Amino acid sequence: MTETVTGPARQGTDAALARYAVRLGDDALVLAQQLCGWITRAPTIEEDLALSNIALDLVGHARTLLALGGRLDGTGRTEDDFAFLRTEREFTNALLVEIPDGDFAGTVARQLAYTHHAVLLYEALAASTDPELAAFAVRAAKEVAYHRRHADDWVVRLGLGTAESARRMRAGLERVWPCTAELFEEDALVRGLTAAGAVPAPGPLRERWHEEVAAVLKRAGLPLPAPKWHATGGRDGLHTEAFGPLVAELQSVHRQFPGGTW
Amino acid sequence: MTGSPARAAASPGAGEEAASQARLTAEFEALLAEGETVEPRDWMPDGYRRMLIRQIAQHAHSEIIGMQPEGAWLTRAPSLHRKSVLLAKVQDEAGHGLYLYSAAETLGVDRAELLAALHRGQQRYAATFNHPALTWADTGAVAWLTDGAAVINQAPLCHTSYGPYARAMRRVCQEEAFHVRQGYDLMKALCEGTPAQKAMAQDAVDRWWLPAVALMFGPPDTEAAGGDAKTAALGAAVSRRAIAWGIKRHTNDELRQRFVDHCVPQAERLGLTLPDPGIRWNEERGHYDFGPVDWELYRGALGDDTHTARQRLAHRVAAHEDGAWVREAAAAYAARQSGADTAGTSTEAVA
Repeated sequence: MTETVTGPARQGTDAALARYAVRLGDDALVLAQQLCGWITRAPTIEEDLALSNIALDLVGHARTLLALGGRLDGTGRTEDDFAFLRTEREFTNALLVEIPDGDFAGTVARQLAYTHHAVLLYEALAASTDPELAAFAVRAAKEVAYHRRHADDWVVRLGLGTAESARRMRAGLERVWPCTAELFEEDALVRGLTAAGAVPAPGPLRERWHEEVAAVLKRAGLPLPAPKWHATGGRDGLHTEAFGPLVAELQSVHRQFPGGTW
Repeated sequence: MTGSPARAAASPGAGEEAASQARLTAEFEALLAEGETVEPRDWMPDGYRRMLIRQIAQHAHSEIIGMQPEGAWLTRAPSLHRKSVLLAKVQDEAGHGLYLYSAAETLGVDRAELLAALHRGQQRYAATFNHPALTWADTGAVAWLTDGAAVINQAPLCHTSYGPYARAMRRVCQEEAFHVRQGYDLMKALCEGTPAQKAMAQDAVDRWWLPAVALMFGPPDTEAAGGDAKTAALGAAVSRRAIAWGIKRHTNDELRQRFVDHCVPQAERLGLTLPDPGIRWNEERGHYDFGPVDWELYRGALGDDTHTARQRLAHRVAAHEDGAWVREAAAAYAARQSGADTAGTSTEAVA
């Protein structure tokens, strides 16, 4: 990942990298939006605090990644242009972060899948040929490592807690697991960037992710789900029906005041 | 207070008990008069303990309930910068709730009991939060005005006589002062924005000014303040006791005046009108005059039983009940890990 590319090739990579950064930014933004929905409703005050802390980090990641997208694609769009002025079909987050998670166990299951993926990805992106993306990834990997620990701890607590918590945890895992494969999807964009050394290949990440989450679930006495189907489409802007209301809520105030400054 | 007779918790014989109580009380009050702090293991009068538990619990509950009007706007914050700021603020409030419940726990109650009393409606929180947060600008007005009032109310509590409370308040006040600046900054952005944004800011101030002036400071607590003589006399008696014990440092009206003096120039800089035609500078007093609060009218309009008040409590109770299975699981897991009995764990308890 060290070769310097110049000229039109560089521009092509920048445009592709912009789309890649926006995908990750959308993942962070939509997941933060979901966690915001927990705050004041969490099972303990400690969890209100923990989930708001995690959401705060994720909004920070989204801001960096979306702004980077706007610089790299040459449009000069700001983080807020991406967040508040795109339509549903223009968001490219993975479906994992947008599906309703049902209950706290569903949230924990989603956090388990997302955080293990994000730490592995960001650690690998620290070696990206793009210096801004690499610098961001170094910082973000450290933050998400805390979120991963929070998720792991809850998976184990709920898995080994009571019969009800174990049942809910199994149901939560079943609910979100069909959406995990999409995190490692290797479409033309990813293949091109991988070949250019700008981003890591998803295959090896997926293998490590699988080993890690399987180990956590084993500690928690929970079965690793083996879904018979895999959701896909988020990276192409093909979302679930739940996504429209989420975006409407996210953008409502911003869109009510055209030309507003905040 | 270290080394004082009051610090060695005495267990007097039955005959001497009354005399001993009187001696301990006198010593306790003498030490407070010297500006010493009271620590959890010190002897303290029951009334002092009860007053503190009530005040600290009400304060902690206010932090937790106070997360709701702003928390409801987290998903709608109109920029990612503002979303971050609001998340950090709501997170701070949860933290304040935790420090304060911990401070109350040093007085021999536990958080689960206090929350249960809140959920049953037996302990109160700041009635200001029974106002609905109707627009995005309300999050700014709440931070600027309500938190601004809280800082003025709470700054003296950093030197309150009970050590754990004073120490918790030092951390709380630092963060609250930051929230007030953020609230002012949010309002400033709206006032410098489009006419529609500025109108939203003015509307929020119109609705949040009186709750801050009236409810964050409470009714007059000096007989001289007039109005409802009976309420004022009762308030004055409680206030005198609290001041004598060093729990409270100033009367409600002194603090209210300080708040108005703070806010008027800020509102002028923002270009916002505070909804009180009685506000004008009084050269002689060196303070701003402001209109009297019509407490009767206000109480009538804001009982405990309004739609928003019911909503606040119902939201809190639902969160607690929906989370019961999670807390049970955590307690069961902790018990298994320690291999011991869990009776006595104090994390917001099961049930």
